[in-house]
Amino acid sequence: MGKIELQGVEKSFGKVDVIKDVNLSIEDGSFVVFVGPSGCGKSTLLRLIAGLEDVTAGKILIDGTDVVDTPPAKRGLSMVFQSYALYPHMSVRKNIGFGLRMAGRPKAEIDQKVESAAKILNLTQYLDRRPGQLSGGQRQRVAIGRAIVREPKAFLFDEPLSNLDAALRVQMRLEIAKLQDTLGTTAIYVTHDQVEAMTMADSIVVLNAGRIEQVGSPLELYNRPANLFVAGFIGSPKMNLLGGQSAAPFRAATIGVRPEHLRVERNGSGTWRGRVSVAEHVGSDTFLYVQVDGAGEITVRAPGEVGLKPGDIVGLTPEDGRIHRFGDDGRALAA
Amino acid sequence: MARRVSPTYKIGITAVAWVVAFLIFFPILWMIITSFKTELDAFSTPPKFLFFDWTVENYAIVQERSDYVRYAMNSVILAGGATLLGLIIAIPAAWAMAFFPTRRTKDLLLWMLSTKMMPAVGVLVPIYLVFRSLGLLDTHIGLIIVLGMANLPIVIWMLFTYFKEIPKDILEAARMDGATSWKEVVFVLAPMAVPGIASTILLNVILAWNEAFWTLNLTTLNAAPLTAFIASYSSPEGLFWAKLSAASTLAIAPILVLGWFSQRQLVRGLTFGAVK
Amino acid sequence: MATRQTRTLARLMMAPSVVLLLIWMIVPLAMTIWFSLQRYNLLYPERRGFVGLNNYIYFLSDPAFGSALLNTLLLVGFVLLITVVGGILIAVLLDQPIFGRGIVRLMVIAPFFVMPTVSALIWKNLLMHPVSGIFAWLAKLAGLEPVDWFADVPLFSVILIVAWQWLPFATLILFTALQSLDPEQREAAEMDGAPALSFFFHITLPHLARAITVVILIETIFLLSVFAEIFVTGTGGPAGNIAFLVYAKALLDFNVGAASAGGIVAVILANIVAFFLVRMIGRNLEA
Repeated sequence: MGKIELQGVEKSFGKVDVIKDVNLSIEDGSFVVFVGPSGCGKSTLLRLIAGLEDVTAGKILIDGTDVVDTPPAKRGLSMVFQSYALYPHMSVRKNIGFGLRMAGRPKAEIDQKVESAAKILNLTQYLDRRPGQLSGGQRQRVAIGRAIVREPKAFLFDEPLSNLDAALRVQMRLEIAKLQDTLGTTAIYVTHDQVEAMTMADSIVVLNAGRIEQVGSPLELYNRPANLFVAGFIGSPKMNLLGGQSAAPFRAATIGVRPEHLRVERNGSGTWRGRVSVAEHVGSDTFLYVQVDGAGEITVRAPGEVGLKPGDIVGLTPEDGRIHRFGDDGRALAA
Repeated sequence: MARRVSPTYKIGITAVAWVVAFLIFFPILWMIITSFKTELDAFSTPPKFLFFDWTVENYAIVQERSDYVRYAMNSVILAGGATLLGLIIAIPAAWAMAFFPTRRTKDLLLWMLSTKMMPAVGVLVPIYLVFRSLGLLDTHIGLIIVLGMANLPIVIWMLFTYFKEIPKDILEAARMDGATSWKEVVFVLAPMAVPGIASTILLNVILAWNEAFWTLNLTTLNAAPLTAFIASYSSPEGLFWAKLSAASTLAIAPILVLGWFSQRQLVRGLTFGAVK
Repeated sequence: MATRQTRTLARLMMAPSVVLLLIWMIVPLAMTIWFSLQRYNLLYPERRGFVGLNNYIYFLSDPAFGSALLNTLLLVGFVLLITVVGGILIAVLLDQPIFGRGIVRLMVIAPFFVMPTVSALIWKNLLMHPVSGIFAWLAKLAGLEPVDWFADVPLFSVILIVAWQWLPFATLILFTALQSLDPEQREAAEMDGAPALSFFFHITLPHLARAITVVILIETIFLLSVFAEIFVTGTGGPAGNIAFLVYAKALLDFNVGAASAGGIVAVILANIVAFFLVRMIGRNLEA
């Protein structure tokens, strides 16, 4: 079991309020991602749940019990750190087994659990090496192994993939998602990378300046961003946000259209008309940066190879029902 | 750094470097050579560099003078004691500052360092008088306290520098793994801090071994270490340079060897973390 | 990890150091100030009394004080100059591709480990002796009159000895700093066609700035209180610094009052120096 609830959680460092009145319920077995720009408080929130920081106010319930005054080790959670935080003087075997050893489990049980974790993570042949002799990806696996042997109520991941190269990151992303699915253990995962959030999460929590901006499944956030912040943060390339006279016809202060929801007309006719300033050809898609008078630069993602080059005049038309409207306060208006 | 250099340049620069190094090392080399001469050869002009009757009699004589062994023992006791005392006080403090820093930590460290800048002469008189009235003059314990306190700020700084390099994440990982405070220290922190503590010990032993203000002013005979023993040779009576050289060689040999072996570790702590 | 228990624990752990250093600093200092306002000579312990600033007037008007102050500053200044400049040059030399760098380095750093009394005696008797020292022999080879170092240029002789002791320290730290210079910077400079000399002044020296700060800080701490070299070479008269003068007042004249006044003068001097040093190093170090 691993249901985690946050009720009115606040955290201040001196006069700075880092977390402001956060309420959140995380269902048992779900994979929740905290995402947001750096400094938004996502890591702090994770550390509050872990017990590595004291909350200033509020409750943290794990399976219905308030754990605010419980030390980290007694909360039944395990954590994978950004730096992996492996014990450099211990072998992989000892690293993975350390938590069980601290809990005073019998040696036979520790050995058996370490072996089986190592098997899952393809670490069997490295068990007697030191962390210093491993590659980045292998260290990452050891850190995960250390987390899973304790059979925690929930895993906490603090930007675990940010020190890996791009290819390895994609691979580990898959492995972590699969592993969590197999084990069925609750996972809370912190990242600033919205692609990681979109691909891994059952549910995404978007944080900004210590507040929750929106909670929802990846597609909910993509299709129905609750406000300008979420609209701009989720999706790559970023949603085009247009204000002023471009938004007025839609009875909104700001409108947003995702680059992939714009149709390109070569003859220049459409909702907006502009000049291509840069065309990036990546094969599967073509990214066009179009200068539109009165609206600024609009990014367009056109599928496949599009034979446009800088200087060409094009017309842009948003797909039906793909326009997001926002009011003066930045909140989304009903469709 | 695989820089391409011409062999001529390499040979030329090697020659320059060896000459410079030799000049710097020469006083020590000359002292060692002189220690193997007879007193007559030691004083001869022109100096005899290699071709003289090599003898170890000076060492035998210095050894026979029983005081050498006692002075050396005093050096060991004082350097060891002062280092131990300093560590016992400094480790918890450096620990706390490295792992639980506050906004005042930096000021506190700079204040500690500034106490080291207070010249010893400023407090020589009261320390001398207090020691006299407490009967601590020329005692091991008195000197250990003084040397331990004198180097305490530097010890704290060095340890702080080393401890700060231990990633905090690892401590937190240990806490998540359920290690209690003392288990955290025994299983995780101590093994990781040992190299830093070891080089701090080395530097402190070297500083205490070579300290020559307090040891000259607060000791006479009973607790006098090698610095005082060697200083007693300063009175210009008779020709005993060979014996002086032998005694000096014996006095610096342990520390020189220790220093040579540990130079890498020493530097890192000494730079107070300003140089990686 | 700032939780309540850990903060309390941290205070407890720091307490012994802070308290002991406070005692170590304040108690003797207060006593020194107290003595400095008293007539107090250990030879005439019965003649005690409050004399106001007389001890200071006596100490500061002693002709030896002026020369001691000057000697202190000259000693610190010149030793710093020699060791920093020499240290940089030797560090750059050691950074070159040379054969047997390990052995060269061992030879260069050796003087740091020699106790002050030993180095003073070795230089005085084996190198600088006016009759049988190596320097005298070299002078005669060159057809010159040997110099009687400690009689003719006592302060310079002491500076030479002390600089020799501290040169390795500067070299070692600067060399370590030099090795952390990013090789790509060197390659970039090579691509830019920067001549070796301008590379040194524009890249190497700025890179060494922090290390030089550290060298100056630590050396100054120790150089302000150079004692053994002067004591052992018997140059306390002509080349004595303030440390030596206070020693002489206290343990040769047994004039506690005057020595205490001198001690306070030394403390004030050190504080002036420390004020600038701490500001300098405070900027350069992230504690």
